[in-house]
Amino acid sequence: MSQKIKVATTSLAGCFGCHMSFLDIDERLLELLELIEFDRSPLTDIKHCGPCDLGIIEGGVCNAENVHVLREFRQNCKILVAVGACAINGGLPAQRNHLDLRDVLEEVYQTEPGLTHGGIPNDPELPLPLNKVHPIHEVVKIDYFLPGCPPPADAIWKFVTDLLAGRTPTLGHGLIHYD
Amino acid sequence: MSTNTSPTFLIDGEEISFQPGQTIIQAALAAEKYIPHLCFHPEFKPHGSCKLCTVKINGRPAAACTTQAQAGLNVESDIPEIKDKRRTLVQMLLVEGNHFCPSCEKSGNCMLQALGYDLGVMSPHFAQIFPVRPVDASHPDILLDFNRCILCELCVRASSEVDKKYVFALAGRGINKHLIVNAESGRLADTNFSPTDKAAQVCPVGVILPKRVGFAVPIGKRKYDLKPISDISSRPALPSGGEGSTGQLASGGSLESAK
Amino acid sequence: MPMKDPADIIDAVLSRHRDDPTRLLQILRETQEELGWLSRKTLAFIARGTRQPLARVEGVASFYSFFHTRPMGRYRVLWSDNITDRMLGSARLMKEMCQKLWLEPGHVSEDGLVSVATTSCTGMCDQGPALLVNYNAIPRLTSQRVAQIVELIRTETPISAWPGEFFQVDDNIRRRDILLANRLNRGDALRTAIVRSPTVQAESSANERTWQDSNLASAPGPLLTLEEIKRANLRGRGGAGFATGTKWEACRNAAGSGPESAHCVICNADEGEPGTFKDRVLLTTQADLVFEGMTIAAYVVGARLGMVYLRGEYRYLRDHLEKILTRRRSEHLLGHNILNQAGFDFDIEIHFGAGAYICGEESALIESLEGKRGVPRNRPPFPVTHGYLGQPTIVNNVETLAAAALIAANGGDWFRSIGTEKSAGSKILSVSGDCERPGIYEYPFGVNVAEVLSDCGAIPAKTQAVQISGPSGVCIASDEFQRRIGFEDLATAGAFMVFNNERDMFEVARNFSHFFAHESCGFCTPCRVGTTLLKNCMDKIEAGHGSEYDINEIFKINHLLQTASHCGLGHTACNPMFDTLQKFRPAYQRRFKSLAFEPAFDLDLALSQARQMTGRDDADAHLKNTMEVKE
Repeated sequence: MSQKIKVATTSLAGCFGCHMSFLDIDERLLELLELIEFDRSPLTDIKHCGPCDLGIIEGGVCNAENVHVLREFRQNCKILVAVGACAINGGLPAQRNHLDLRDVLEEVYQTEPGLTHGGIPNDPELPLPLNKVHPIHEVVKIDYFLPGCPPPADAIWKFVTDLLAGRTPTLGHGLIHYD
Repeated sequence: MSTNTSPTFLIDGEEISFQPGQTIIQAALAAEKYIPHLCFHPEFKPHGSCKLCTVKINGRPAAACTTQAQAGLNVESDIPEIKDKRRTLVQMLLVEGNHFCPSCEKSGNCMLQALGYDLGVMSPHFAQIFPVRPVDASHPDILLDFNRCILCELCVRASSEVDKKYVFALAGRGINKHLIVNAESGRLADTNFSPTDKAAQVCPVGVILPKRVGFAVPIGKRKYDLKPISDISSRPALPSGGEGSTGQLASGGSLESAK
Repeated sequence: MPMKDPADIIDAVLSRHRDDPTRLLQILRETQEELGWLSRKTLAFIARGTRQPLARVEGVASFYSFFHTRPMGRYRVLWSDNITDRMLGSARLMKEMCQKLWLEPGHVSEDGLVSVATTSCTGMCDQGPALLVNYNAIPRLTSQRVAQIVELIRTETPISAWPGEFFQVDDNIRRRDILLANRLNRGDALRTAIVRSPTVQAESSANERTWQDSNLASAPGPLLTLEEIKRANLRGRGGAGFATGTKWEACRNAAGSGPESAHCVICNADEGEPGTFKDRVLLTTQADLVFEGMTIAAYVVGARLGMVYLRGEYRYLRDHLEKILTRRRSEHLLGHNILNQAGFDFDIEIHFGAGAYICGEESALIESLEGKRGVPRNRPPFPVTHGYLGQPTIVNNVETLAAAALIAANGGDWFRSIGTEKSAGSKILSVSGDCERPGIYEYPFGVNVAEVLSDCGAIPAKTQAVQISGPSGVCIASDEFQRRIGFEDLATAGAFMVFNNERDMFEVARNFSHFFAHESCGFCTPCRVGTTLLKNCMDKIEAGHGSEYDINEIFKINHLLQTASHCGLGHTACNPMFDTLQKFRPAYQRRFKSLAFEPAFDLDLALSQARQMTGRDDADAHLKNTMEVKE
């Protein structure tokens, strides 16, 4: 093989649990690193994505910055994978969706004693939250989905190795999980 | 196969014998041939609403739960075209409600989730509808989380037909259809509902949950964690990752083609 | 004026209906007429009275659009929202009304005076835009009329004191054929049917337990009439075209259940298909013929009970119809021993729907008549064997029954000589949209679309499409105008909506997608969720956020709806999108900003609440909806 597969990963509105599960493939990481190299990823601390073969996204879209990062990945990655419950259906952050965002901001920054120091932050450096939290396939086209909260390390391994081998990734019973 | 003289029909080429009066799904399940279903329950009259049991009968689509078995029918169930429809139906149910499995006590014992696994549903595909459906925790022993309701009416039927309590009913129409509780307050605490009711036992998803027992069995060790929902044989469960149910992870390119 | 106690009001309604739970719809409607809306307390009172669980009563009340389980304005204005109303400016007029009333659509004014919202087509397409005020129809709206209505509402003038001309509904009959030009006298058809067997009726009833028993065996009169219906090759006029004679025969041969077997004849006057209004005109101008058709049907199948299921939008026809029923009773055309035939007992009762298109489906209609949610039943069994309260029941469209009366009078051969080989008789079309003379046109079957267009004053060269048989029917383009009305080609329930070259066929389809999402009963998964997903897809495209991806989604949902839905509503709910995508795809594509993919929601709009709360409006406080393509 002439060249290693370039892989980028990120966590949007997620908890990094999916990344942790990725690391749980343990010593198989070494095997994997024979085949791939990481571009932008929390593992490398590269800040922006270059052209990649594979993008792995954890977490849903809860604010404007998530949209920008997701688009950067879509623009640079040939294949984009939604990993974990939050990327796939909004997950835990989306459980705020039955509340009105205005009420949430008021409750947190204006009403609740102890937090009401400076009112609702309006620093332009801070990304604005979206009215609702959305799964990533509602914002860009996603090629593959790998569910789980987090997906088990074995499922991630199976998925990545299938993909690297040029097979359509297929999980059997016990590897597909939504929880 | 069977050597008796009862009439037979074919499901996916397999001969299934049946008793006159049985529906296709009843005959199939009796013969340990699984057809996916959610609103069907062997102890209740066929309902025909979830449409997960849609099969092709002599080439035409129909619900297996409401179609009478007849000798010589050719039923196709485990074929790509039908499985594709079932996947879409599961996805529709997923976006209609709020199915956040990691927070649900029913996870691992949930038929909707298990069907998702079995059919290889890797994402809800459609845009989430994000319904607003407040939970009812008023009852001392039972929690109602309407966000997960798939409107199969099993609790409605159980409460009226078996318990004779009429605790549940459906209200609204179309996408606004929803489960309600038979009390002027609208709260479960103000009914004579009891955890021993049949209606407390039949929910295929995580709407009607007994309190304080949620995690007695840990995640990963539950019913459909151990055995796919489609495995209704009396044989032991297949080893993890073995044949049987497989899930394809959506239609994307391969790295080979990408390179 | 002393206020009546609500409990007394409900009690009076309940006793009028003998506390009968099967009459729940009528009970709810009459209670609401007095109390304005149906609180849970009111529903609990009705539940106790009819000995049903509250939740079940609430489930029924919340199923129908015209029942309100939340407080409504004392004046409830509902604008007909069919595409033909929109083409005549209903959206603008409704906005005018709301502005004058300082009101948001869908909301009740703070003083509880008035609410303004939309409703599905009210069947006034030839004289739109139309609205309902407290369920009274007002057609032909203009800015001036809207201003007058607003003034009457502001001054709280009782609707009974509004000018009568407001409520004048025109027949607009433009072309008559065998039905609309018939010269039958009341009772002619019945007398002819009875005379077909001059001797048998009297003697059989003397020896048999009941007339119905003898009828079920082989009384020649009914059988001979049935033969005429079959010979006529009469097919249902509600759209599906099922052979009427076959239906009647199956019902006649069904034994029924219980000691008091009671066959039932139902006239389906739920006419909810947008663009259809011929049953309204038939019931206005030919009610005797329709009732006579029902009586003929009762004679053939041996029914005592007849019911008209009249859509709530046509409530204004009630007095007119009741008057005709009373006259028929006094002339022995209804009631006991009809036309002196011993044991020929049959009467007709009018039930009102309450704003649910699905109740036009015969088994949903029967559920509704039984006081339940209008959900289509699983079939078999079919209504002909297990219908109203489990008894053998025929459900026929208004026009079918009128035609049956004509056949009973003039014979099957006569009827069959009209129309085409497979489509005997005539068809009444409800013509609306872009034409000079909208209204009612009756033709022998086989007429082609171009001829109808020229008769109604639509210029074929300037007409791009005709929607035949409403949203669930078929949209045909100008190169198909030689196609013919008939079961061989364009089967139709009667709607004929004309769209000129200026019209946006995407908006037509979008209007229909909203209709189906609103009217889906919600029983089965594909239709309940699918119709809303379709509607969302169309709205997304309308907002300029669509792409080819969304078109693929429409096709995907269409495929599921067609194969997996529980009833015809779901099977046909995607037809408008499917047809317009085949024939008018540029109307979709010109709204696309990108070809491949657009977000499912409006990204910039999704930041609106945060912008509002933070007061920010800098560049980073906005998002572009379409992703820039990287070079």
